[in-house]
Amino acid sequence: MSEPGRILEINGPLVMVELAGVTNGEQVRVGELGLTGEVIGLEESRALIQVYEPTEMLRPGDSVTPLGHPFSVELGPGLLGNIFDGIQRPLAGLMEQGGERIPRGLEVPALDRDRRWRFTPEPGLEAGHEIVGGTVLGRVQESEALEHRILVPPHLHGELLELMPAGEYRLEEPIARLRQPLGGIRELRLYHRWPVRQPRPYRARDDSVLPLLTGQRILDTFFPLLKGGKGAIPGPFGAGKTMLQQQIARWANADVVIYVGCGERGNELVDILESFPKLTDPHSGRPLMERTLLVANTSNMPVVAREASIYVGVTLAEYYRDQGFDVVMVADSTSRWAEALREVAGRLGQMPVEEGYPAYLGSRLAAFYERAGRVRTLGGDLGSVSLIGAVSPPGGDFSEPVTNHTKDIIQTFWALSKALADARHYPAISWSESFSDAVEEAARWWHREVDGRWAERRGQALALLAQAEELQRIINLVGAEALSPAQRWSVEMARTLREGLLQQSALDPVDAYCAPRKQFLLLDLMMRVHEEGLELIGMGAPFSVLAELPLMGQLRRAKSQYGNEQLDQLASLGERFRDQLAQVRERYREQKG
Amino acid sequence: MKQKEYRMATAARTGLLFLKGVPGVAFGDRVAIRDQHGRKRNGQVILASDEVVMVQVFEGTADLSLEETWVRFLEEPFEMPLSPELLGRIFNGIGEPLDDRPPMISRLRRNVNGQPVNPVARAYPREFIQTGISAIDGLNSLVRGQKLPIFSGSGLPHNRLAAQIVRQSRLLGEESRFVVVFAAMGITYADARFFREDFESNGVLGNVVMFINLADDPPIERLILPRTALTVAEYLAFDLDLHVLVVLTDMTYYAEALREVATAKGDVPTRKGYPGYLYSDMAELYERAGRIRNRHGSVTMIPVVSMPSDDITHPIPDLTGYITEGQIVLSRELHNQGIYPPVNIPPSLSRLMKDGIGRDDTREDHPRVASQLYAAYARALEVRNLASIIGAEELPELDRKFLDFADGFEQRFLAQGADEDRSVIETLNLAWELLSLLPADVLTRVTEADLARYHAWDGRKKQEAVE
Repeated sequence: MSEPGRILEINGPLVMVELAGVTNGEQVRVGELGLTGEVIGLEESRALIQVYEPTEMLRPGDSVTPLGHPFSVELGPGLLGNIFDGIQRPLAGLMEQGGERIPRGLEVPALDRDRRWRFTPEPGLEAGHEIVGGTVLGRVQESEALEHRILVPPHLHGELLELMPAGEYRLEEPIARLRQPLGGIRELRLYHRWPVRQPRPYRARDDSVLPLLTGQRILDTFFPLLKGGKGAIPGPFGAGKTMLQQQIARWANADVVIYVGCGERGNELVDILESFPKLTDPHSGRPLMERTLLVANTSNMPVVAREASIYVGVTLAEYYRDQGFDVVMVADSTSRWAEALREVAGRLGQMPVEEGYPAYLGSRLAAFYERAGRVRTLGGDLGSVSLIGAVSPPGGDFSEPVTNHTKDIIQTFWALSKALADARHYPAISWSESFSDAVEEAARWWHREVDGRWAERRGQALALLAQAEELQRIINLVGAEALSPAQRWSVEMARTLREGLLQQSALDPVDAYCAPRKQFLLLDLMMRVHEEGLELIGMGAPFSVLAELPLMGQLRRAKSQYGNEQLDQLASLGERFRDQLAQVRERYREQKG
Repeated sequence: MKQKEYRMATAARTGLLFLKGVPGVAFGDRVAIRDQHGRKRNGQVILASDEVVMVQVFEGTADLSLEETWVRFLEEPFEMPLSPELLGRIFNGIGEPLDDRPPMISRLRRNVNGQPVNPVARAYPREFIQTGISAIDGLNSLVRGQKLPIFSGSGLPHNRLAAQIVRQSRLLGEESRFVVVFAAMGITYADARFFREDFESNGVLGNVVMFINLADDPPIERLILPRTALTVAEYLAFDLDLHVLVVLTDMTYYAEALREVATAKGDVPTRKGYPGYLYSDMAELYERAGRIRNRHGSVTMIPVVSMPSDDITHPIPDLTGYITEGQIVLSRELHNQGIYPPVNIPPSLSRLMKDGIGRDDTREDHPRVASQLYAAYARALEVRNLASIIGAEELPELDRKFLDFADGFEQRFLAQGADEDRSVIETLNLAWELLSLLPADVLTRVTEADLARYHAWDGRKKQEAVE
């Protein structure tokens, strides 16, 4: 560890210090209050430091103490259900010690040191065994929903000298001892540290694929994301980014959900904190909060900690991945992270390229998203990190740098549309601007688990929506009367698809989560009615007769009428429709005859 | 050092004063400046090093002489004295009285920059505020602790609307009214007088704290004014348990002042020359609205943002919309048709509405009625576009009904008097009256039960059945 240094200059969150012998990325404590900071640049004997807390009343000459290690997080049981700030301080702990407002220089460890955890050593593992990074030493029931695996930290290996018996342990108590190849003896505990800017290692990427199911029809059925995939949600303000991200955090079929509120509203996090404990995970039946972890750097919290919060989140995600879990991390919003990057770059006097962003924006974004993936862990399990980033393009303009770079990197693009949001069509995901590169992979799962016609029906529905959009242009010019009855029927059915399938209310308890089977039943039902209607029109049935059939209203309301447990009734709705259509068929067959 | 005055200014431009060779000055320190005429100015250190110190001067640097400028570093951050005596007073941006009464003196002083509220300490805002304005109560409800800006344009009646909200806002079933913190940044004398007279004629002046920086006052003062005002608002809310309504007008002038200083400092410009930290800077202000657990009071914020050239994608409204919990957008088109308040419904939004309305708060059908009104109006606007091309006569009957709905919606639901105070039940009944112009089977956002109860509403007849 080096000697303390001396502040030369304070410029907002950036502090120039006379400080030799530190490394880039090293953590420091600044001033009398001991504010947390990180070295981000070195020049001869001077170090440039970004401070994660407000720098008010610091002055030239104040001391700066290097800590000798890079900015890292604590990984161990007790993370879930918690809310941390951008530098992994527990916000509840901060409140206990510092009150309602976040004081400066307060240090609270991320994980509770006093809590005892019931540790069960891994059966069959005993002294004398060779162990490597990622080996499971034992288990701790972190929450009812999740059994936490205690791992040998990556990069360590050697001979297991001792493994403690089952019992209650505090975080700081050793649970194993390890002799390293060079002879040093290491005590292993229930937790370890890991530097956030360094991706955690794994054995290999895994190419087998499964869709990440969210219960949102427009996502799962139309623009699927895979487990281990990368998705982006760009949209102007008010288009429903946050709502959609919360829906994903609520309903995704993942073991762990990490929600990073990066530069967003404080009240949104409160909403999650208040609502998640009351909601149950549809997959495990347990309260959602038990699988959720929040990282919060709200927009009024210091800007440089915002930059760190994304890395804190993804490192926590990788840690659970390494235990063999499927993890989803949603980051709201990556634009604020990019802006934090820009702000620091600007203060450093780096040459701006596009809209003031530094030239390395694209590579930083790419490197971040590359931390997503489904992998074979060091311990030999399968685990995944899916990354979903919201993007907040200025003025809703998707050609701006952050959206643009993100688009090149990700797999699934859920484009939110202001026009749809203005018409209160939620989720306001545009079916013409969105895309997914994972449809073929997802289809394998849908065909195996749900129905072999999934890809076909999906394609037909998208084609119908596109056709209706074309026709709508004609209607806007010359009115609906100019269309043929078949065309009018298609426009009508596209409207039904939009209202009855694509729109999904997060506030409707029946409709908020839509099981895959129900998704397909609704889709199939609508496409069948469309086809049969076209046939009837071909037989001479007028458009108005079809449009006024009671089934049209029933079709639009079916999503909130039939819950995920009432799929038989939903299927039998199809029978009743068949009767209605058969009556029309009879009538026109007679007329024809 | 506190009493030591320095005469070491080396440069002064656009509100910034540079000093060389003053060691050990703290970042953010408050600065007292005396000019060649003995007049006092106030400043704050925004860059500190042993070589050079940069001071932002709130009264501006016009006609400062470098030789005869005396600078004193006060060794303290900018603070506002706080006491219940604040109510009824008028101040400038740094908390000096403008009302010929003595300056505030109190042992309780707080840093105007505030401290970020721990998200865990926040309480989620969910108490419906009745503003008596249908466009807000019915479709974009305001709740206590929300920040809901008015996006407007030059010549639009945002001041009238803000004043009406201030005047009429109340909580259902509660007598207590709001106290008001009024922060004026760069507005005209006439606008400031309008508010003052409005407060006066309603006899609420004693419940208002005003902070005034007019169009011809120094722009840099606008940077500290909302901070001072919000420090007072937080004190009234969280120390004195009052419900506070903060009007910030006009945030556009605030942002322009920020740009002015950023340019002088040499910050890298981003969109339209605004600095990259405009978002964070505005968020520091807006996020001071809210509620805190186990505290009775609240800070509800109505910022006015005038959109340059009515452009909602301009950085100021755009970044505001990303921080605030919705927005009320005013429309020039409706205004020109004589509709007051000219609220442009499609882009308007209240994010916190969902938790403040419904059975326990307003009426059970409220969320669905709001959604249905939005959807029906959106479709009606499409039809109106079409009618302007092919003529209304050519439209099918259903489309003509949508046209009638659109007209009724604008002229009866949106439009109301500047003194008309409608209850939310009146607003909802009116909504059903208008929705009844449309056949039941196109109203897919409401339930069958809603339709049975309220459709074909004739305003009075069913009233008893419902209540």
